[in-house]
Amino acid sequence: MKIIVNGREYEVASGPATTLLDVLRYELRLTGTKEGCSTGSCGSCTVLVDGKAVNSCLVLIGEVEGKEITTIEGLSQQGKLHPLQQAFMNEGAVQCGFCTPGVLLTAKSFLDSNPHPTESQIRQAIAGNLCRCTGYDKIVRAIMSAADYQRG
Amino acid sequence: MAKYSVVGKRLPRIDALSKVTGAAIYSGDVTLPDMLYGKICRSPYSHALIRRLDVSKARALEGVKAVITADDVPGYKNRSPLLLVEMAHLAQEKVTYESQPVAVVAATSPEIAEKAVGLIKVEYEELPPVLDVLEAMKPETPPIYPNLYTNFIARPPTDKDSKPSNIAYHMVVNRGDLETGFREADLILENTFRTQPVHHGYLEPFAAVAKAEANGRVTVWTQSQGAFSARGMIAEFLGLPPTRVNLVPVEIGGAFGGKSFLPLAPLCALLAMKTKHPVRMEMSREEVLRDGRPAPGSVSTIKIGVTKKGYITAVSATFIYDAGGFPEMSHTMFVRGNTFSQYKIPNIKVEALDVLTNKIPVTYYRAPSTPQSHFAIESQMDLVARALGMDPLQFRIQNTAVEGDITPSGETLPKVGFKETLERMAEYLNQKGSLKGKNRGRGLACGFWHGAAGSWGAYVNVNIDGSITLVIGVTDVSGSRTSVAQIVAEEFGVPMESVSVVVGDTDTAPWASPSVGSQTIYSLSHAVYRACQDAKDQLLRLASPRLGVPTSEIFFANGHATAKTNPTKSIPLTALARSSLGFRGEGPVVGRGSIAALPPAPSVAVHAVDVEVDKETGKVKILSYAVAQDVGLAINPLSIEGQIQGAVTQGIGWALMEGYVFDDRGKVQNTTFLDYRMPTATDVPMIDTMLVEVSSTTGIYGLRHVGEPPIVGTLAALANAIHSATGVRLKTLPMTPEAILKGIQEQGKQ
Repeated sequence: MKIIVNGREYEVASGPATTLLDVLRYELRLTGTKEGCSTGSCGSCTVLVDGKAVNSCLVLIGEVEGKEITTIEGLSQQGKLHPLQQAFMNEGAVQCGFCTPGVLLTAKSFLDSNPHPTESQIRQAIAGNLCRCTGYDKIVRAIMSAADYQRG
Repeated sequence: MAKYSVVGKRLPRIDALSKVTGAAIYSGDVTLPDMLYGKICRSPYSHALIRRLDVSKARALEGVKAVITADDVPGYKNRSPLLLVEMAHLAQEKVTYESQPVAVVAATSPEIAEKAVGLIKVEYEELPPVLDVLEAMKPETPPIYPNLYTNFIARPPTDKDSKPSNIAYHMVVNRGDLETGFREADLILENTFRTQPVHHGYLEPFAAVAKAEANGRVTVWTQSQGAFSARGMIAEFLGLPPTRVNLVPVEIGGAFGGKSFLPLAPLCALLAMKTKHPVRMEMSREEVLRDGRPAPGSVSTIKIGVTKKGYITAVSATFIYDAGGFPEMSHTMFVRGNTFSQYKIPNIKVEALDVLTNKIPVTYYRAPSTPQSHFAIESQMDLVARALGMDPLQFRIQNTAVEGDITPSGETLPKVGFKETLERMAEYLNQKGSLKGKNRGRGLACGFWHGAAGSWGAYVNVNIDGSITLVIGVTDVSGSRTSVAQIVAEEFGVPMESVSVVVGDTDTAPWASPSVGSQTIYSLSHAVYRACQDAKDQLLRLASPRLGVPTSEIFFANGHATAKTNPTKSIPLTALARSSLGFRGEGPVVGRGSIAALPPAPSVAVHAVDVEVDKETGKVKILSYAVAQDVGLAINPLSIEGQIQGAVTQGIGWALMEGYVFDDRGKVQNTTFLDYRMPTATDVPMIDTMLVEVSSTTGIYGLRHVGEPPIVGTLAALANAIHSATGVRLKTLPMTPEAILKGIQEQGKQ
């Protein structure tokens, strides 16, 4: 089976009933995607499938054949950080960093569809991503600041 | 001009780039060739005798390389497991909590390991579990451990008449004369408060990878708050000297006190040594919630006597902590330094107990014992202020202890910004104005944290390109790498980009105490500062002849050593570092710094929260939240704000929604994040922070302990706010919508 991850095509040996998360972490060794709960309730394993944020622990590899998958390793382009990555660093939105990849990808998918978000919309958008370190304050500010930057 | 150029700046964390790109390596990301997978067989009962344990079928399964039980643990031959704290305890003869490990399997795949666990045959004889601390304390209740005596764990007590007990530890402090104190009071108020066990909720589950080396040593990759303490614990379990174990640091995905506990690493290391293969073990979220040591539940009773004018005359208080099925980590010892130190109380008696039950054992969680004790203390302070008709803030200011006062435990109080933080909050609230609107209320509370201090070392290398490398031995759980890098940049007068911080493994790094008790930056900074001075002394000796001025006439700035009197006389650090290697040098510039336990620099945080309670549903909406904290000096305000906001959010979870649910046999009922509900971004507002800087006399630049204090006051602040909004006083956590609604309904009946 073939899947496309971060623009690169991979031939996957795992069976179709393997989760996307396990394939990413254990077969492709893309360990930036994290496993926090395996029940789809923490968001640490969020990746983009055709631009939409999904919990990769709930997706079977057979469901994403031929689809474009973006993981945290593919968020920066040509060595240049995505504005969200830069904003998360500058605003102090990163502490332990375990939830960070998932939150960043959720935020990317969200800002792509809503470039003018309010604070409340941002909070709704990331409600499926648990963070235990930051209290969300600086994450929300970072997303706001990345949105400002992207609008120019 | 600012006093410092790098210290005090809001700088991004130096580890942030690796974390936003997914490059950072955590325990579960480590993979070695030819690796086996370990899996734990756990008890389905919370209290049972093991009649028979048969692992033969599991051992015979193809792909299984080892099965170990308590009999295989070398460390248990030297010491009672009751004394091997903060690690996995393989059951011997009996299990004392549900999910206690009974055996561990290593196999060539996780699936085979799982299957082998299913083939382990255990015959249990179930015993009645004791689940309530008050019940467990009664002398007639059978002791869970026959060799556990109060304050004497697994060793003979001094008093020959003493009997085994479920009270693991009992602490009493007394000052003044309680009877006189209560006689002088015009008003006496007594209440009992209860909290539930709660989990740290770190997003990263436990994982460990271990590899047996050819020379009989073992290398372990695991998340731990203390690499050196973990090394010691693993070695003790294996029956080896500590230096036969090398602990390699990895990023730690949230800890909050919960990752001093090592549920996997010792087992993993033993499996690796038995099988001669690398072994990986990981815990699922369910296993983390079932066996990942939460914070204890508590029952606290406080009696306060006050005069009409609002001066406290006497306090008697008892704090009981539910230790669960293992006398894991005493919480009573923290009660001593952390309760009532903030207030002037002439007559006081404080008692604290750790009591065993057949529930999940506990460990330390952010300011251990203190959010629970302060839920009671600060709720009670609010109730007393209300009864007196006094402003709760003024009542606290009036009773505030000052430098030189003797605390209940007999310590002389150092300077702490109690008054300064309370006044800063008063000013903030004054500007904000009173809270208007129906069903709305404001709550105030203080949180005190005494702090801990250990022993730390640091090396500094001045490199030939003029950059500086700092080598330390402590995992970064709080932004410590960034803060100490700021100190190095400050001291050498170089930009942050020129400083790198290496957290070495235990074979190479200098000794470091565990990152607990909010001590890391506070204590480590001394070692780092001294290492900087040591290296600078060497640089000064190199620079002096070259600049033609005495060493006392040289300063470091902009990557140069420069003559104070003549700034044109200047030499870059890179030239000095290079010259140190030449004929006229003294050899490489290596600074060394060490510090033994410092006196702590306690901290206080004052909380103010505005809430609105929906009287139809009981749901609490947090309108705004503010914290003023005495941080001594903020090395990195961005980082400290993050600590405060994170701590408050954990406290909000503790107060309003989180909590273990047990069935009548002591089995944990909520083992996923769906039913162990933690705050999401929609449950909390922006959290305002005010960093008050009252210098400590013991910290470099006046630093204080920072990370734990801000959780302490959260629970009572919310209870007090809910009282203001509804008139209902909740004395039991969590204050769920159901609990609040019940309170409102009962109030209606009265």
